[in-house]
Amino acid sequence: MDILNALVAFLNFVFIPAAAYGAQLALGALGVTLIYGILRFSNFAHGDTMAFGTAVTILVTWALQAAGISLGPLPTALLALPLGIAGTAALVLLTDRAVYRFYRVQKAAPIILVMASVGVMFLMNGLTRLLIGVDEQRFADGARFVINVRDFREMTGLQEGLALKTTQALTVIVAVIVVWALFWFLNRTKSGKAMRAYSDNEDLALLSGIDPEKVVRLTWIIAAGLATIAGVLYGLDKAFKPFNYFQILLPIFAAAIVGGLGNPLGAIAGGFVVAFSEVAITYPWLKVAGYLFPGWEPGGLLQLLGTEYKFAVSFVILIVVLLFKPTGLFRGKSV
Amino acid sequence: MSSNRQAATTNPWRAPILFAILAALFVMEGTMRNAMFSGSWNTALGILNMGLISAITALGVNMQWGYAGLFNVGVVGFLALGGVAPVLIATQPVEGAWNAGGPRVLIALAVGLGTLALAVQAWKRLRAGRGLAVLVILIAGFVIYRWLFDPAVSAIEANNPARHGNIGGLGLPILLSWAVGGAFAAAAAWAVGKVALGLRSDYLAIATLGIGEIIVAVLKNEDWLARGVKNVTSIPRPVPYEIELQGNPEFVSFAQRWGFGAAEASGIWVKLCYMSLFLVVLLAIILLAELALKSPWGRMMRAIRDNETAAEAMGKDVTARHLQVFILGSAVIGIAGAMMITQDGLMAPVGYNPLRYTFLIWVMVIVGGSGNNWGAVLGAVLIWFLWIKAEVWGPALIGVLTAPLPEGGLKDHLLDSAAHMRFIAMGLVLLLVLRFAPRGLVPEK
Repeated sequence: MDILNALVAFLNFVFIPAAAYGAQLALGALGVTLIYGILRFSNFAHGDTMAFGTAVTILVTWALQAAGISLGPLPTALLALPLGIAGTAALVLLTDRAVYRFYRVQKAAPIILVMASVGVMFLMNGLTRLLIGVDEQRFADGARFVINVRDFREMTGLQEGLALKTTQALTVIVAVIVVWALFWFLNRTKSGKAMRAYSDNEDLALLSGIDPEKVVRLTWIIAAGLATIAGVLYGLDKAFKPFNYFQILLPIFAAAIVGGLGNPLGAIAGGFVVAFSEVAITYPWLKVAGYLFPGWEPGGLLQLLGTEYKFAVSFVILIVVLLFKPTGLFRGKSV
Repeated sequence: MSSNRQAATTNPWRAPILFAILAALFVMEGTMRNAMFSGSWNTALGILNMGLISAITALGVNMQWGYAGLFNVGVVGFLALGGVAPVLIATQPVEGAWNAGGPRVLIALAVGLGTLALAVQAWKRLRAGRGLAVLVILIAGFVIYRWLFDPAVSAIEANNPARHGNIGGLGLPILLSWAVGGAFAAAAAWAVGKVALGLRSDYLAIATLGIGEIIVAVLKNEDWLARGVKNVTSIPRPVPYEIELQGNPEFVSFAQRWGFGAAEASGIWVKLCYMSLFLVVLLAIILLAELALKSPWGRMMRAIRDNETAAEAMGKDVTARHLQVFILGSAVIGIAGAMMITQDGLMAPVGYNPLRYTFLIWVMVIVGGSGNNWGAVLGAVLIWFLWIKAEVWGPALIGVLTAPLPEGGLKDHLLDSAAHMRFIAMGLVLLLVLRFAPRGLVPEK
């Protein structure tokens, strides 16, 4: 039994990828859950907002790279991020003004807003395709690894290698900073408190003189920021392909619902629950088992589900939560 | 639903006029050869046939949305599931596939479903420690399922993999598969609806989004079922083949009397046959739907849609009715899926794109007039026509618009991306109709 090698294999193939993916999902789910809390509908355009923000960021990155500006070991995309966020926020505010505000004033049923968000999704999808096309783009530059497999082997003398990609480390660090900033904003600043008050009880918030339009604008800007950051980190970590951003919508919704729609803390927890389940269930455990139980020869790869079915994991988690705790683990908005 | 669904008087000639315009568009496509139209009846009928299939899909979505206010975002999944039926029912049996592992796969699937059923029963019946009991049942069931399933699948896929590698069909008539496709989709709808209905309205949308993606993923990856991305070809047809017609002297002389060449005429004839079949199904579904809407059941459904609380106070079981109409609508979508595969003669799961098969259908329903069956049909055929023609018109339009621009990168980029304009156009159409004409082209009566 070789616990150390098993642990390293586990860290390398399950824990690190899942932590990075979980951070990306958590940021995405935070955006969905904030919009749900304030505007009270599930935003189907969120995936495409992420794609749009990433596309803008990639274009700026290319411009910076062409101008010879770089961040050394860090990806240049980080420098481009503020512009990407600004562009996305502008677009999102425009859609709110042109589309959602009408239904909000009308107090339309939430499902009508969901449908309007599908229209916005189409628009953003088209815009992204116009901007950057449908092909896969890689835009990560700088150092590829914080620790690479060979160095790790030489350092520890273990048979199993461990790699930590820069993008993975960066994802987690950026996510922690962003989440800290968001919670500081929500809990400490006047605008943040206004947002929470509006989310908890709209009428009471209006009564105490909170300007609803300001709260809504702020929410969209924050959501656009979160979406862009999540999208860029996801794109850096894997690769940017617009259709993937549509598909990631399901895990993000699952994460937001698991945590309880409208609850920011829940969205973060939900993101990690979904990511860890997805990676753990689709990982072939044969290697880890081989270290733990050297004599054992199982017939298969010990993979519970093929990687192509990773969306099924989010779906099953979603179903289980809907069946047993529709308000989510952290008790979000009422059912 | 919102108050914009209230009936208002509309011109009774509106629908006939719109349908006449639509017919004129198809006639122009068939006869005029210029920059805008192809002048080929083969193209025109091809668009119309796919438009009719879209219309049936739109009818299914309209039942769910128009009658009950349910937002199904997994249309592509139900459509794809319906498409499995022609493969399993109508293709010829694959030699050796059944002996390789057919019974074992069936037993495995039965064990899988039985495990779920047992777990549900255990959860309902037991009191103390039921969480543990359900967990043990699920894990044991999963292990047995995989033990049965995996070897059987490998055996089937190893059987003549270059040509088959799938379980094969039953060799039954293809038209039967249309009904089976509906049944498949209905079964999936029951499972999703049972869980997600009765909760917030968004939840059904999200759950259907999930099931849609999963069904398409299953079709792409389960080679034993329908060869996955290797595609199943030569699915039998309910209509004659072009080659047979061209070899038939009677048909050739018949075509010549009308002034068509044999090749062109055979294509048109086949498409007309399909069109008649599709029209029969479409009209039958509309007839049934209209009868249902005018019955006490239809009034109850509308009452539930317009005010759930009031309907519930009157003793109506809202969730059960929603489940019923969700299953019915999905069955219609499944039938359309089977018809589509029958027409194509090909099962190619990579083609199932949610933007095309879910959201475009939604645009059709909203534009046509949610709650009105004729509206859904009109919207479906019209939007499909525009969607296909936008492929030609879009680049032409961009070409005209960019003509004054200097040659260079920007102009090339805009010209290249004209194809993506369709998405922007459809998004705009959806948003504009939703806002300025929420009752659609042919509003609900």
